[in-house]
This record gives sequence, C-alpha cells and structure tokens, in this order.
Amino acid sequence: MADPALAADARRERRFFLSLSLPALFIVGLAAILPILWIIRQSFLTTGGEYSLGNYDKVLSSGLTWSALVTTLELSFGTLAICTLLGTPLALALASARPRVANLLMAFVMLPLWTSILVRTYGWLVLLRRDGLINAALTDSGLTAEPLPLVYNFTGTLIGMVHYMLPLFLLPVYAAMRDIDANLIRAAASMGATLGQTIRTVILPLSAGGIFSGSIIVFIYTLGFFITPAVLGGGKVNPLSTRIERTLSTFQDWGSASVLGILLLVVMALIGVMFLAARRLLTRNGAAHA
Amino acid sequence: MLEAYPDNRLSRICLWGFSALVMAFLMLPTLVVVPLSFSASDLLEFPPRAYSLRWYDHFFGSATWMAALRTSLILGTLTAMLAVPLGLLACISINRLGGKAAVAIQGILLTPSIVPGILLAIGLFFVLAAQRLVGTLFGVLVGHVVLAIPVVCIVLLPALARFDWNQVQAARSLGANWARAIGGIIVPQLQISLLSAILMAFLTSLDESVISIFVSSGQNSTLPKLMFISLRDQIDPTIAAISTVWTAIVVVVVLIVTSRQKS
Repeated sequence: MADPALAADARRERRFFLSLSLPALFIVGLAAILPILWIIRQSFLTTGGEYSLGNYDKVLSSGLTWSALVTTLELSFGTLAICTLLGTPLALALASARPRVANLLMAFVMLPLWTSILVRTYGWLVLLRRDGLINAALTDSGLTAEPLPLVYNFTGTLIGMVHYMLPLFLLPVYAAMRDIDANLIRAAASMGATLGQTIRTVILPLSAGGIFSGSIIVFIYTLGFFITPAVLGGGKVNPLSTRIERTLSTFQDWGSASVLGILLLVVMALIGVMFLAARRLLTRNGAAHA
Repeated sequence: MLEAYPDNRLSRICLWGFSALVMAFLMLPTLVVVPLSFSASDLLEFPPRAYSLRWYDHFFGSATWMAALRTSLILGTLTAMLAVPLGLLACISINRLGGKAAVAIQGILLTPSIVPGILLAIGLFFVLAAQRLVGTLFGVLVGHVVLAIPVVCIVLLPALARFDWNQVQAARSLGANWARAIGGIIVPQLQISLLSAILMAFLTSLDESVISIFVSSGQNSTLPKLMFISLRDQIDPTIAAISTVWTAIVVVVVLIVTSRQKS
C-alpha cells in the first residue's frame, strides 16, 4: 500500500474503468438529460424568445390543466386499486402452484408484456367497441338491451391501463410470495390459524415489500402513460400526457407544453417521495411488531 | 405453499377460478387479434364467417407499411449495435469500480427508464428541432439507444458479477491489452448473455412508440407510429394482420432468449 508506484497504478486503473462508461453516459446525457433540461428552459421562454413566467401563469390558471391533473390521479389510483385486487390473488395462486406449473403459467402471464402496446390497444378496441365482441355477446345473450359504452371513455382507458400494468405489478408480488418460507405457513396452520388468518397475518405482511414495489411501479408508470389514454380515451379522457401532446401538436405552444411536462415531473416526484416515506413508516412498524 | 391447508378445497377452487379469469383477461386482446387477421370481411366479425389472406396481402403490398416495417427493423438493428457495446463497457465499469461511483453511473444510465416517455419525447423533439434533425433516423435512434441501455445493463450486470475476473488478470499479466482482454475473454464468455442483450435491445426499439410518434416522420416513420395514427383514424383488419406478424416476431425472439438462458 505504501508503494507510490502501486498507488499510481491503482489510480490509473480506476480512471480507465471510469472512462469505459463515458460513451454510454454521453449518449444518455445527450438524448435524455439534455432534453429534460431543454424542457425546463423552454418553459420560461415566450414565443418571442424572451424569458418570463408567462407560460406558468397561463397553464396554472387554466381549468383544463387542473382537470387534466385530476384525470391523471384518478387514472393512476384506479389502475393501482384494480391491479392490487386482481394481482394479489393471482400471485398467491401462482406462488402456491408447483414450480413447473407456475413457470408455465408465468410465461402466459408475461405474454402481454411482450406484445406491442399498440397490438394490445387494437385488441381492446376490437373487443370493447359498440359493435365489438363483448357488446355483441352481451346483447345476443340478452344480458343488456343496448350496447354498453365500454371504450372511448374513462372505463375503456382504465381497462387498457390495468391490462398494461398488471404483469408489472404481478412480477414483484409473485417473487416476494414465492420466497416465503413454507414452514412459516405450516407453523401457522399447526397452531390452528385458519387459511384466512394465515393469509392476513403471515402471507400478506411477508409479501408487503413486493406489493409495495409493484404499487410504486404501477402508479409512477401510469402517471405519464400516453398511448392508452390517447387511443382508448377517444379524446374524452385527457390526463397530463395527452394534454401535453395536444398543446404541442394542435396549438404549437411549446412553452405551455413544457410547463405541463414539468408539472407531470413534480407530481411524479412528490408521489414517489410519499411512497418512500410510507414504506419507511411501514417497515418501522413492522420492525416494532417483530 | 398452501399445502398446509389440504382441506380448504373450496377456497382453493375459488382462488384458481379467479386466477383463471384474470389470466384470460391478460391474454384475451392478444389472442383475439389472430383470427381477425385471417378474416375475409371488411367488418370486424368474430368469429370470421370466411377466411382469407387479403389483409396480409394488403400489408405486404402497401409501400407505406413496408417502408415503416423497414424503418423499424433498421432502427432495431442499429439500436442493438449501439446499445450493446455501450452497455457492455458501462457494465464493466460499474462492476470494476464498485462503491459510490458505480451507484452514480447506474443511476444516470437508468434515468431514461424512469422518466415518462412523453417527456423524453417532447424534450428530444425540442433538442432535435433546434438542430433541424426532427424526422431523421438519427433522432429516433439516439432515443431508442438510451432506452435500450438500461435493458442491456439489467441483462449484463448479473452475468458480469458471476464472471471470473482472474482470467482477465492472467491475460493482462501475459501482455494482452484491455481491448484484447475484453474482445478475447469477456465477450466470448458472456456469449449467451450478450445474445439476450442484443435481442432485448432490438425488441425495446421495435416496441417503442412514444418517441417515434413525436420524432419520426415521413419516410422515417416507424411501424408503431403508423399503427398509432391508423388506430386513431379508422380500424380495419390490416392492423390485425400487422399485429399478428409483429407478435409472432416477438414470440420467436423471446423463445430464443429464454431457451438460451436455460441451456
């Protein structure tokens, strides 16, 4: 260690390893970080090219902005709630299956994850339209007299969002449940806990970490999601993402689009921080119980 | 996991019945598209009354769709060619440096996968507009490369963690320079992971739609961009044919990746 030549050698090697990541860092800086900085700059620029807070004034005093924000949050909470309700039991079933069966079923569950978002959106359009398959089945069987409005509205958007996010929710929850020591469940059963009690007091607390990760992923991804609301919302569902697109492509208003983008980033950051704070609180309580 | 409860047959049936419905929900939209693509009718009838290949004809015979398919395949290939070498070098750097530097590099490289696509798309659009590069292949390509780098890292980092670095040490002490050590030892030993990384990078680009929608145009429109536009205007079974071809490509690629990983 005391040898200065060796120390210089180690330093040189470190610098060399650091340099290996420079090309990747450079292109990420160019195509991801610079664009974000550019949005910030653009948000302060008027159409005349002067710096001002005019764009913020315009966007934040518009009712459209706030209704877009409400839609964004409704969509995110709705998607998360349904993913939790559908995904947690499915993860439990998969985790309790024999490994070979579970792997096979997981492959099917992952199929949508590997299908293009546009293919899936098209599939939902075909299924949900007024003369689509689901409405045809409903009216033919006499369950409903009139076709139901299932798409080009909030319902359709929510169905599409849940379909996209569910596999992403399922992965961490399934992983957490599969890692639970089966002896703990045997112990609970032998001490007389019913299945419901075991699920509530053993399985769910032990998979809380996975459910939490899944929830963060679903919520944060849904906040900025564009394709599904743009197509399945049919122009009637306008979260921040589609509002940004419209401001840019219809009104050519780069400044306002940038302010909306920054609003989206701020909301994401706030909710991310809230999730992390909640997790810290939860783990502390969990530790107190243990 | 629930074998401690052999008597709760009813709960188990309920759980599996519910799970079967959820899995059906997950697979339904992908599967419904396939029979539709072989329909002979202009209408979206299900099940189709007569079958034909006319929508495939329509797709493969259309200059616009073919140009978009070509653009997407070229972009996917270029993305893989750039993202995998860049990602590999970055992963070697992350693996060897360790500590805070590694965490920082990883954090920066992961940014594009956390920031919403719509923000990357409009930001990139602004930057490219200032350089008059909107609508060029280059603009979409850099966007796809930064989205593919995190995917490449997720595949390669665990592989490098298992890699025995003594081999590189040995090669170096025998006089091989770093380029030789990487090309002659690391790359051949990571063959399988690198193949996965190449295919995943290709798929990432093929599947990307938001950046394409904002940044590509005209001759350089990608397949997802064209599909997005036609989904908004009208939906005819041509899209079903495209979707089926598309899904078939993806399933083949995923099967290659998973079968390689097991062997």
